[in-house]
Amino acid sequence: MNRAPLIFLGVFFALAFSWTGIVLTNQIAYGSLEPVFDESEGKAFPESIPGVAAQGKLVYQDLGCMYCHTQQVRRPGFGGDIDRNWGERQSVARDYIRERRVLLGTMRTGPDLRNVGARFAGEGGREWHIRHLYDPEITSPGSIMPKYKFLFETRKIVGEPSPRAVQRLLPADAQPPEGYEIVLTDRGHALIEYLLSLKDVYTYPEEASRVYVEPQPEAKNGDNAANTNSEAQQ
Amino acid sequence: MASAPSLAASISPSTPPNTVARAELSEIDASTKVPAIFFLGSSLLWLLAGTLFALISSFKLHNPAFLGDAEWLTFGRVRTAHLNAVVYGWSVNASFAVALWLMARLARSIVRHSNMLMLAGVLWNVGVTIGITGILAGDSTSIEWLEMPTYATPILFVAYALVGGWAVITFRFGRSQHIYVSQWYIFAALFWFPWLYSIAQIMIIFAPARGTVQALVNWWFAHNVLGLWFTPIGLAAVYYFLPKVLGKPIHSYYLSVLGFWSLAIFYNWAGVHHLVGGPVPAWVITAGIAASFMMVIPVVVTAINHHLTLVGSFSALKYSPTLRFIVFGAVNYTLASLLGSLMADRNISEVVHFTHAIVGHSHHGLYAFFTMVMFGSIYYIMPRILHREWPSATLISVHFWTTAVGAVIMVVVLSVVGTKQGLAMNNAAIPFLSMEESDVVRATLDGLRVRSYSGILITIGHLAFAINFVWMLLRPRADHNTAPTLFRNPEPDLEVSSR
Ligand code: HEC
Repeated sequence: MNRAPLIFLGVFFALAFSWTGIVLTNQIAYGSLEPVFDESEGKAFPESIPGVAAQGKLVYQDLGCMYCHTQQVRRPGFGGDIDRNWGERQSVARDYIRERRVLLGTMRTGPDLRNVGARFAGEGGREWHIRHLYDPEITSPGSIMPKYKFLFETRKIVGEPSPRAVQRLLPADAQPPEGYEIVLTDRGHALIEYLLSLKDVYTYPEEASRVYVEPQPEAKNGDNAANTNSEAQQ
Repeated sequence: MASAPSLAASISPSTPPNTVARAELSEIDASTKVPAIFFLGSSLLWLLAGTLFALISSFKLHNPAFLGDAEWLTFGRVRTAHLNAVVYGWSVNASFAVALWLMARLARSIVRHSNMLMLAGVLWNVGVTIGITGILAGDSTSIEWLEMPTYATPILFVAYALVGGWAVITFRFGRSQHIYVSQWYIFAALFWFPWLYSIAQIMIIFAPARGTVQALVNWWFAHNVLGLWFTPIGLAAVYYFLPKVLGKPIHSYYLSVLGFWSLAIFYNWAGVHHLVGGPVPAWVITAGIAASFMMVIPVVVTAINHHLTLVGSFSALKYSPTLRFIVFGAVNYTLASLLGSLMADRNISEVVHFTHAIVGHSHHGLYAFFTMVMFGSIYYIMPRILHREWPSATLISVHFWTTAVGAVIMVVVLSVVGTKQGLAMNNAAIPFLSMEESDVVRATLDGLRVRSYSGILITIGHLAFAINFVWMLLRPRADHNTAPTLFRNPEPDLEVSSR
């Protein structure tokens, strides 16, 4: 008896089942989520990221930052994400709908970066990133994050020093020789713009109730999580 | 010892007692020679390249200054090159070789159209080379398991289609009426992979789905490459070689059928456990966790079946290299899968998710199970297609012990250190990095160092394997009958028959 056709059918339906369940169903269920327009703010959320930052995301992809950093905040009470100030709220599906490539990540050798733009913002944030990317040990002694010195260029000063020169931010032993300056490359600049753009602050109306479930202290039986909260506040 | 004569007969390569069948097998084996050696040779080269990338990335993790200024060797790229080299270079090439050899034997069919296979093999390796070069050059897509740039993947797809087409032809013309369970697995794997791969490519890269649907597709794909490609190929090999080497049938036909179908049904739902706590619908995660628990069924059923086949013949482990690798792999299949089911649990995932424990778990599955089974298979296949024996039993022994011990150390250390890392990370009172007090980052450093040492051990094993392999290829064919290369000679009363 030739059972090959039967095996084939079984094998086909096995995968078809999960493909329908995991992929198709969800594609139909929320694969066409739209941004939400907020009347009072006069714009739609999530906002699209500005052009330079979008370039920077490509740099983030090509250097593989994702293999040490996630971009997803877990709900309060599940892991230490909120307590570590990695976000004000948990990440929700709608946060990602404008991204052509979703980089949730699966590894946290370094902190979550979904809201790093809220932690390091403005000129101060930009300078911090410059120092950190040049050599993480400058800002974070003992860090095992790689140096990204190749996002900088040491070049001869011709005429006026460049406004992009960054050596004033770097320690004494990193200073360039007389007549030279260290500038951030375009890729480095774009990457930092991307990092500065990373934050999910808006709470979508229909998700408000679901998103802000305050962790119930008694639900955790006063174990670690509860202690953590109180210690963190001290 | 009842099994003694069969043991002797089985350790010897001339298993079928009747000469006609033996001549036929030998002819079939010979017809697989060129493509099988091509795939095995390429897989070996990728294994060495992948090991080198692995060592570099492992050292970088505790010593970031190591090769720190080379952009193309930055951690994010070299780690990715490692993954792609061992998955698409080593593992897939080795699976192709083992699968085609098994298929030809089990279908009792001479390999036809080997040109088609060779073309596929060349294309596949060109594709992988372009892909990995692209990753090192900065064109990675940063989608786990699908990092190869879009200019490499279509080549892989064409190569795969050729292998698939070839397989269909071989199946059609097979003369064997009975379909052995190894064939089920290979057949299913060959069919599942292109489906997974094309859907993932389309829905993530060529016409990306919106938002985190991509993440679902990603983990549906990536976990299924392991579950629906490597696992079936690995199990096919175990199901073939275990009884073959022992010279007795597999314990239970029904258990193997049950194992197959339960794996087919449950494994492909399990992948989304990689997104526990993530921004995707909770019900999918719950389904994924449930499927992960259900995986206990195929795993335990398969383990029982294998164990009961082996019972009474443990002494054969002393002699047969193939058996030793295969049994090590099979045992780790059971362990890795059971631990995997456990790790999918929400409370455990809360801790180990996002940590080195997951990296350890991947190596448990892909290395301690799959890779070891492939090694065992290669030790069996090569002498039969080349008609010469492995030159050095010592090198095989070095290979086994370094890789086995190295893999165990690596998995244990990463699991422990990952758990430590996860517990610390979930406790916000412990700083992420601080020079003053204990912190999350430095809690992992000692473990990461030990992991690098285990990597060195494994590298030694791979070098021993490579030397033996090349030596065997270059060695002139013996014109007299030779005995198989065993770890030691069986007791005198076990006669090892000549070829
Ligand atoms: C080998 C793993 C690794 C890689 C790769 C890596 N990082 Fe990090 N990153 C870390 C670690 C560890 C820390 C925490 C210590 C520190 O601040 O340096 C960190 C911290 C950070 C921080 C500070 C976050 C905070 O809240 O304190 C930023 C920003 C950052 N990394 C950005 C990047 C970018 C951008 C890339 C890619 C170009 C990258 N990282 C690649 C490991 C890594």
